[in-house]
Amino acid sequence: MSTELIFGLYIFSLATFVGYQVISRVPALLHTPLMSGTNAISGISLVGSLVAAGSQHSTFASVLGCIAVAAATINVVGGFMITDRMLRMFKKREPEKARASTSAAAERSASTKSGSA
Amino acid sequence: MNPNILNFLNLAYLASSILFILCLRGLSSPESARRGILLGEIGMFIAVVATLLHWEIVSYTWIIVGLIVGSGIGTAISLRIPMTKMPERIALSHSFGGLATALVGVSEYYRHGGHVSRLSMGALGFEVFLGFLTFTGSIMAFGKLQGLITGAPITYKGQNVTNVGLFFGALAMLVYQVVFGANDMLFIAMGAIGLALGVLAVMPIGGADMPVVISLLNSYAGLAASATGFAIGSNILIISGALDGSSGLLLSLLMSKAMNRSFSNVVFGAFGTAIEPGQQSPTGTAASFNEATVEDAADVLRAAQNVIVVPGYGMAVSQAQHAVRDLAAALQKRGVEVKYAIHPVAGRMPGHMNVLLAEANVPYDELFDLDDINDDFVRTDAVLVVGANDVVNPAAKKDKASPIYGMPVFNVELSRSIIVLKRSMNPGFSGVENELFFLSNTMMVLGDAKKTLLALGGALKGEGGH
Repeated sequence: MSTELIFGLYIFSLATFVGYQVISRVPALLHTPLMSGTNAISGISLVGSLVAAGSQHSTFASVLGCIAVAAATINVVGGFMITDRMLRMFKKREPEKARASTSAAAERSASTKSGSA
Repeated sequence: MNPNILNFLNLAYLASSILFILCLRGLSSPESARRGILLGEIGMFIAVVATLLHWEIVSYTWIIVGLIVGSGIGTAISLRIPMTKMPERIALSHSFGGLATALVGVSEYYRHGGHVSRLSMGALGFEVFLGFLTFTGSIMAFGKLQGLITGAPITYKGQNVTNVGLFFGALAMLVYQVVFGANDMLFIAMGAIGLALGVLAVMPIGGADMPVVISLLNSYAGLAASATGFAIGSNILIISGALDGSSGLLLSLLMSKAMNRSFSNVVFGAFGTAIEPGQQSPTGTAASFNEATVEDAADVLRAAQNVIVVPGYGMAVSQAQHAVRDLAAALQKRGVEVKYAIHPVAGRMPGHMNVLLAEANVPYDELFDLDDINDDFVRTDAVLVVGANDVVNPAAKKDKASPIYGMPVFNVELSRSIIVLKRSMNPGFSGVENELFFLSNTMMVLGDAKKTLLALGGALKGEGGH
């Protein structure tokens, strides 16, 4: 076994352990944002794609790299954006007064929706 | 290679890795979650900018093309997609992740003309195989969720033998190449098996098992990214892949547990194939149920002091989350206590119901997990089941012959009255009959859930039904 492999396994094992510990504290409420968030993070394979796309070894390798860059970027950009969009929606119970006005707004929008349906 | 640049790169990657861990840590509560995501974005930005200084990068043309195309598509998808389509979008993004890692692997292999060290060979093989498997598997999952492919399990004789055989075939090819050196034909064959196996492995899995499959594919995408890290000697890839992999694994374990099924049972079980819809019925085909009108249901809700809403996949299908919230608001205005009971596997992905209700402005402190709310049903006047089926099936608790026996379910039958909103009396996705629908304290309001909810809300506000 090479030192490189052992070193890599060190990092992999410790990161898995940290990941498991941190993620087991995420409440079920946030499991969908967790999934899209980790998805954005795993878009870090972009780092590998960038090198593949930019090293100009051959057109074939560059084209593959370019597709990989695009696919990874979709995940990075889209993943972070949509996770934030979701998290913006999670709100605590509002004070009674504000609540009454938003529910009235919800009623209006619901009735217009039912009208169009 | 310039050692200063190498050191700079590694320090930048270290900073990014720490920011990624802090990002996930932020997700432990809704208050800190958005700040966490911001840290993750900063980490990603640092990593990408640092990588652009990499000494092997000599041309930016292809990079810029890829970045622009990817950002454009990514932005368009995330701005336009409705929340009800989140499972589809997650499945798609797993496929992009799998594709990206697999292509990096192929490109890396090609660049070195197959002259790679044993470690790189093993990692590349693993990366390409798993990447392609995740790619096609996720596309299959997407197709099933989107209704392009039938959501019912597709099975044939000898299916498991075929899949296991293919898997070990690919594994043997990988081992051969690690021991005796790279072989182009074997490398291509391995990738092809990965592509095929993704399709074949997801084909027999039914729609109700999608939360587990999506979590599992999440884990594979992470592991493939980690393998990339081993192949190109990048620690940040190993770390991020491991974080993603362990997150997917943890979610799959939680989902399997919430269905009281083992991993292998989900992967090889092809849930619900034993029972053809309408073939069996625990109470006999002649069983009668109480079909109720909106006005009957409104009467029950008017008399109730406390109500628990149990949403299921049907709520997502009829996009009824806003109507649910509207009805709940009308009830709360009358002084009724309203809570929501969220089952871990309700919907098609982990946390699906929470996101939909959050979108409809339901405060998250009204949402309760299975364990936190299950003792409350016995003290509840009315339960409103909106498009949920298996998670409220009492057979899971007492009928050993039922395919869902042992799955933790809500004790809805203990409450005083139950209102079930359901499209029709056909058995649900899993094809399992639900005796809850035939109980004397259950009223069935058949029809589109959203329309029924809007009518109920109208009735409670005294405007009369629509």
